Amino acid sequence: MSEQYVLSIFRGDQNGGEEQEYQVPAIPGMVVLDAVHYVQAHDAPDLGVRWNCKAAHCGSCSAEINGMPKLMCKTRLDEYQGQVVHIQPMRTFPIVKDLVADVSWNYEVAKKIATFTPVNAAPFRMQQWDVDRVQEFHHCIECFLCQDVCHVLRDHDAKDQYFGPRFMVKMAEFEMHPVDGADRIPQLKNEGGIGMCNVTKCCTEVCPQHIHITDNAIIPLKERVADRYYDPIRNLIRRLTKKEESSSSTVPSKA
Amino acid sequence: MNIETMETHSFDVLVLGSGGAGLRAAVEAASGGGLSVGLIGKSLLGKAHTVMAEGGAAASIGNVDAPDSWQTHFYDTMKSGHYINNFRTVEVFAKEAPARVLELEQWGAVFDRTPEGLIMQRAFGGHSFRRLAHIGDRTGMELLRTLQYRAISLNIEIFQEVTITRLLMDKDRIAGAFGYYREDGHFVMFKAKALVLATGGWGKVYKVTSNSWESTGDGAAMAYRLGGELQDMEMVQFHPTGMVWPPGVAGLLVTEGVRGEGGILYNSEKERFMLRYDPERQELSTRDVVARSIFREVQEGRGTPHGGAWLDISQKGADFIKQKLPGMYEQLLTLGDIDITKSPFEVAPTCHYTMGGVKAHAETCATNIPGLFAAGEVACGLHGANRLGGNSLADILVFGRRAGIAARDFAGSRKGDVVISEREIEEEAERVLKPFTRPDGENPYTIHQELQEAMSTHVGIVRDQKLLEDGLEKILKLQERAKNMGAQGGRTYNPGWHAVFDVENMLLLSELIIRGALERKESRGGHWRTDYPEELEEMGKWNFVHEISPDGDRIKQVPVPIMPPALQEICSRPVAPGKEPSKNLDQRKGASS
Ligand SMILES: Cc1cc2nc3c(=O)[nH]c(=O)nc-3n(C[C@H](O)[C@H](O)[C@H](O)COP(=O)(O)OP(=O)(O)OC[C@H]3O[C@@H](n4cnc5c(N)ncnc54)[C@H](O)[C@@H]3O)c2cc1C
Ligand code: SF4
Ligand code: SF4
Ligand code: FES
Repeated sequence: MSEQYVLSIFRGDQNGGEEQEYQVPAIPGMVVLDAVHYVQAHDAPDLGVRWNCKAAHCGSCSAEINGMPKLMCKTRLDEYQGQVVHIQPMRTFPIVKDLVADVSWNYEVAKKIATFTPVNAAPFRMQQWDVDRVQEFHHCIECFLCQDVCHVLRDHDAKDQYFGPRFMVKMAEFEMHPVDGADRIPQLKNEGGIGMCNVTKCCTEVCPQHIHITDNAIIPLKERVADRYYDPIRNLIRRLTKKEESSSSTVPSKA
Repeated sequence: MNIETMETHSFDVLVLGSGGAGLRAAVEAASGGGLSVGLIGKSLLGKAHTVMAEGGAAASIGNVDAPDSWQTHFYDTMKSGHYINNFRTVEVFAKEAPARVLELEQWGAVFDRTPEGLIMQRAFGGHSFRRLAHIGDRTGMELLRTLQYRAISLNIEIFQEVTITRLLMDKDRIAGAFGYYREDGHFVMFKAKALVLATGGWGKVYKVTSNSWESTGDGAAMAYRLGGELQDMEMVQFHPTGMVWPPGVAGLLVTEGVRGEGGILYNSEKERFMLRYDPERQELSTRDVVARSIFREVQEGRGTPHGGAWLDISQKGADFIKQKLPGMYEQLLTLGDIDITKSPFEVAPTCHYTMGGVKAHAETCATNIPGLFAAGEVACGLHGANRLGGNSLADILVFGRRAGIAARDFAGSRKGDVVISEREIEEEAERVLKPFTRPDGENPYTIHQELQEAMSTHVGIVRDQKLLEDGLEKILKLQERAKNMGAQGGRTYNPGWHAVFDVENMLLLSELIIRGALERKESRGGHWRTDYPEELEEMGKWNFVHEISPDGDRIKQVPVPIMPPALQEICSRPVAPGKEPSKNLDQRKGASS
């Protein structure tokens, strides 16, 4: 008898649903997405799941695996030996069906951001060290796992007040580009709601691309906003954020 | 089905496919002033297959190797394509690629830099100079993301997760497309004055493949059903270095960048076998040669434990590897349990790219269907019998833009209303819902799996008459069974239902691949026949073009366009332009920086 994994996958839609158990034969090196595909091919052809690349490049296969936001194609099943593997869709967004969440809100936010606005024409003269900092932000695969875990969006559903960590990263990318000339500071403060972030760092914890979302994107952007609007109290804010960092919680909570 | 109440959109230019080619076309069409532009993808925006490209985009900018020029890029591309490419397509491509890459920089892409602060370029197989502009090993993502954010800042209506099942005609001209929203299965109809087909390739017909789920060849199959011409279908690229172990990740790509940055291939006897097959270019030979060499080593008993070759980059040191190939380092570590900074790893060929496709005009990307333009992997003309790594990302930029311009011009000058036949829509709607009437019908996943087995066995890296004939028989039988494919459940996000249409398209194109391979009785580029092992001069004069005619499918032999003397002169040189011995000194100077 070959080894089996037990998957408990959420099946349902806007009208509700529940987890169902499936048995999947173990293949060396298989990832959670392989197991979900096995279930599709053998037990439940209509099981809804998004994926494209199966190589952790496209950011389509985001889900909550045993409560942790992860990419299904990058999560090895042998991490869960002897456990039932519970797979749920991202819960911060409305559900479409099964493991598919409605992430359209993110695309609406993306449209609001002032795009890259170069001050001169390419070819640009930029040294590698000039761009190292922004290249980190370019690693983002738009999996929206950071959005999923951010308590401002998840627990407080403040989607109308905060763009969320993904778009702080995007704004940092444009803002810190050596040749960019646009001013996004007012937008960051107002519509973007950067003040809503209290630097819990949960987003950084789950980022499959290991982007230092808080340290390298959000905090420097907060400083820019503070410089512009609250220069006198800038130091105070810095001290506060430092404190919160050390008392951060890392695991997402969804009761 | 009431067509009156069906969701309907009308555009001047409709772009089908939101990969690199489609996005670039839409951006161009929308920049022309005043035309309405729609863009459709069957995935979410920014997730298209292009996102997977790793190594880079080839353009003779000459930032690292100054003697590089469009002529050298032309020379390399024709040579690698074994001269069945359309020379004019290649010429346009080689001349325009540098401007297209710079344009990306202008729009926010941040390429790796040279010490002079310019775009860095790396070596790749078959390129005479270091030519691939890159961002670590995630160049496709950078390209796609840059175009994605460019597109949303323009006036383009974007449709995500909409699958088109049929292209529509108004008499002899294109009229639009019909499909459904994956999210809830409701139907949608698009009217268009001009349509750009940018739906990518069909690498998913093989079992071991580097391709994303989208690569099911929908666009090529739909165009063919309308009478569109498909060319060079037998030409499939197998990338030499896919992951082999563990089985869960078999086929996943190991970028050519690993060899470009100095990775070396060994067999089980620790022999650097590429020295035997291509002493001059070794690991950086073209993909057809390297893939075949690995295949031969394995066949002759010198393979690795899981039937591949060893690839080793560890001599470059951990810092270098982590900076130049961070994605590869992480991919092999998390998915393969291998630290490539310390040890070699197993690789074997994986299906990677489909060179064949919709025959497209060299300058306008026009197809034989008026109003239909094709760009990117779905189109055919640029790559010939073997694509050079890095040429595809440049391809989708150059010809995405050109298709956008041509579609804009066509739409602008098209007179009269676009008329769509109601009956045709009703028929299609009925056809698309049919699988639900057969809940116990054939399982599309099973058919897909059998199709992949058959293609990998019969028309993979090695081919011969018997293999191909047996393969064709299997495919034809599967086509029969596929008529009975069924779907369970409802219309809301139902992959089992969606798979039915993917599989239909793949079965059609698989048949054409085999028929083309039977027709080409020689070995050339990616097409290797053991019963005709030589490349034949006579065969090199022809492209094979498939089309539906009133008396069934047929294959036409169409002459390969003949180069004007000036280009012939370039191709006939003994060494690539810029590589002449007298210039070697300069070049080394440029390269040492
Ligand atoms: C792992 C990997 C690495 C690669 N690395 C490189 C590299 O380094 N350099 C290089 O030059 N090339 C590389 N390539 C090749 C290159 O990435 C592709 O050839 C290229 O991206 C194709 O782009 P495209 O725009 O033509 O099509 P795609 O990116 O495949 O886009 C097709 C689009 O069409 C849409 N579509 C398809 N069918 C339908 C339908 N029925 N209805 C609606 N929409 C539909 C899809 O949703 C998608 O948006 C690589 C390929 C792979 C797989
Ligand atoms: S640090 Fe915390 S509050 Fe701020 S964006 Fe990240 S998860 Fe949200
Ligand atoms: S920042 Fe990281 S977690 Fe957030 S969307 Fe991008 S890749 Fe995903
Ligand atoms: S399928 Fe692309 S990230 Fe998982």
